[in-house]
Amino acid sequence: MIKVHDFHKSFGDKLVHKGVSFEVQKGECLGLIGGSGVGKSVILRSLIGLEKPDRGLIEIDGVIITGLNERELVDIRKKVAYIFQGGALFDSMTVFENLAYPIREHSKTNEAALTEKVLSQLQQFGLQGSEYVYPAQLSGGMQKRVGIARAMMMNPEFVLYDEPTAGLDPFNTKKIQELILHLKSTGVTSILVTHDMPTAMAVCDRLVFLLNGRIEAQGTLAEVKSESNPLIKKFIDGEAS
Amino acid sequence: MPFVKFWNDQLEFYGGLTLLFKQVIHDTFSGKFYWRLLFDQILQVGVKSLPLVLITAASTGMVMALQFGVGLEKFGGKLYVPKLVALIILREMGPVFTSLMVAARIGAGFASEIGSMVVTQQIDAIRAMGTSPIKRIVIPRVLACLIALPILTASANIVGNLGSLWVGAYELDLDGNFYLLKILSTVTLKDYFSGFFKTFFFALFIALPACYFGLTVTKGTKEVGIATTKAVVVGSIMILVGNYFLSKLFWIIGTVL
Ligand SMILES: Nc1ncnc2c1ncn2[C@@H]1O[C@H](COP(=O)(O)OP(=O)(O)OP(=O)(O)O)[C@@H](O)[C@H]1O
Ligand SMILES: [Mg+2]
Repeated sequence: MIKVHDFHKSFGDKLVHKGVSFEVQKGECLGLIGGSGVGKSVILRSLIGLEKPDRGLIEIDGVIITGLNERELVDIRKKVAYIFQGGALFDSMTVFENLAYPIREHSKTNEAALTEKVLSQLQQFGLQGSEYVYPAQLSGGMQKRVGIARAMMMNPEFVLYDEPTAGLDPFNTKKIQELILHLKSTGVTSILVTHDMPTAMAVCDRLVFLLNGRIEAQGTLAEVKSESNPLIKKFIDGEAS
Repeated sequence: MPFVKFWNDQLEFYGGLTLLFKQVIHDTFSGKFYWRLLFDQILQVGVKSLPLVLITAASTGMVMALQFGVGLEKFGGKLYVPKLVALIILREMGPVFTSLMVAARIGAGFASEIGSMVVTQQIDAIRAMGTSPIKRIVIPRVLACLIALPILTASANIVGNLGSLWVGAYELDLDGNFYLLKILSTVTLKDYFSGFFKTFFFALFIALPACYFGLTVTKGTKEVGIATTKAVVVGSIMILVGNYFLSKLFWIIGTVL
C-alpha cells in the first residue's frame, strides 16, 4: 500500500504542492493526471526518495520513507520500480548490460542464469536481437520498452510509471496497457502518471486530478468526470477525443 | 546584493564540496567496491593522459634549460642550469603542469559526462534502482586521480629532466654526463617528495570539483557546458593557489625534518 499524506514541496519560491494526500491500495492502479508542470513527476520521484518533501509523510509497504537516507532507502527501492519519462538508460552500456544491472547489483545470480533471464525478458518485450546494441542506436519507443524491461527485472511489488506511453505508436501503447494490466493481475500496486486518457481509462481503477498544487478531484473515472469543474471535463474529454 | 550572492555561492560550493568529500571517504570503506569501474577510470585518467603529460613535460624541461642557459651564460652561470632546472621540475613544474593538463583533460571530461548523466536521468536511475552514484561514479574517478596523478607526475619529472638534458647537451654545449651527474647529485628525496605529496592534493582538486559540478547540473544541456568550464577553471585555480601554500607547508616540514 502507498500512502501520501499532506505532501508539500516547493522549488525556490515556487510552491508546487500545497498539501496533497492520497492512498493506493494493494493491487490497485491509480492514475495521476493533471496539466503539464503541476508536479506529477515530483510526487512520483518523492515516492522513492529521489526528492524530499518539505512537509508531509510518505508510506510505502508500511514503511515511512520520508527522512530515510540513501542507504536506508535501498530496501524500498528494490521493491519499487520507476519507469522514467525518458527511459533513463545507461548510454555507456549495451541493452543487455542495462537489463542485467539491477540483478548484478542486488543478487548473486550466476552468469548463465542471468543471461537466460535477460534474453527471455527481451523476448517478452519484443526486443530480441537488440541485446548487444547501445541505447542510442534504438528508436525512442524501443528505448522506452528497454527502460520498462529493466525496471521489471527485479519483479517489483510496486511500479511507478511516468508517462509510459508518451511518444509510442498505438500498437506499442496497446502493449504497454496490456503489460500494466497483466502486472496488476499479479497483485502489483502501481501509479500511472499520464496525459494519455485512453490508457488511463483502460488500466486505472481510480484517478487523482491535480491542479495548482492540490487534488482537485479524485475517485473512479465516472466520479471524476461528474465533477463540476469545467477544467477537469475539458482535460479528460480533450485528451480522450 | 551581488556581493552577498557571491559569498553565498562560495559557501555553497565549499560546503557542497566538503560534504561530497566526506561521503566519498565514508563510502569508499563501506559496502560494495567497484574494482572494474576503478580500472576503467585509471585507464582513462592515467594511461590516456600520458602522451599529453609527457609532451608538456618534455617541452617545459627543454624551454627552461634553454632560457636559464641563455640567461645565466652572461654571468658565467651556465653550469648551474642542470641543478636549477631539476629542482624546479621536481618541486614545482612537474606536479603543477601535469596536474593542470590533467585538470583540463579529465576535469572537463568528468563534469560533462556526469552532467549529461544527470540531464538524461541516468543518475536518478542509479539511485532509483537502489544503487549509489557516489560509489559507482564519484569514487572510481576520485581514486583513479589519486592513483594516476603521482605516477603521471613521476613520469613527467623524468621526461622533463631528459628534455633539459637534451637541450643542455646539444644547445648549451654542456657535457651530457656532467649534466646528468649534476642532476642526480643535486636532487634529494626531499625535493622529490615535496612535489610528490602535492599531487595527492591536486588529484582531489581536480576530481572533487569536477564531480561536484557535474552532479549539481539540474536541467538542460546548456548547464553541462557551464559545469565543464567551471570544473576546469576552479580545478586549475585550486591547483595554482593551493600550490603556493603547499610549497610553503612542505618547505616548513622539510626544514624541520
Ligand atoms: N529540480 C527542480 N528544480 C526546480 N524546479 C523543479 C525541479 N523539479 C521540478 N520542478 C518544477 O516543479 C514543477 C512540477 O514539475 P514536474 O516535472 O513534476 O511536472 P509534471 O507534472 O511531471 O509535468 P509533465 O507532465 O510536463 O511531465 C515544474 O514547474 C518544474 O519547473
Ligand atoms: Mg513529468
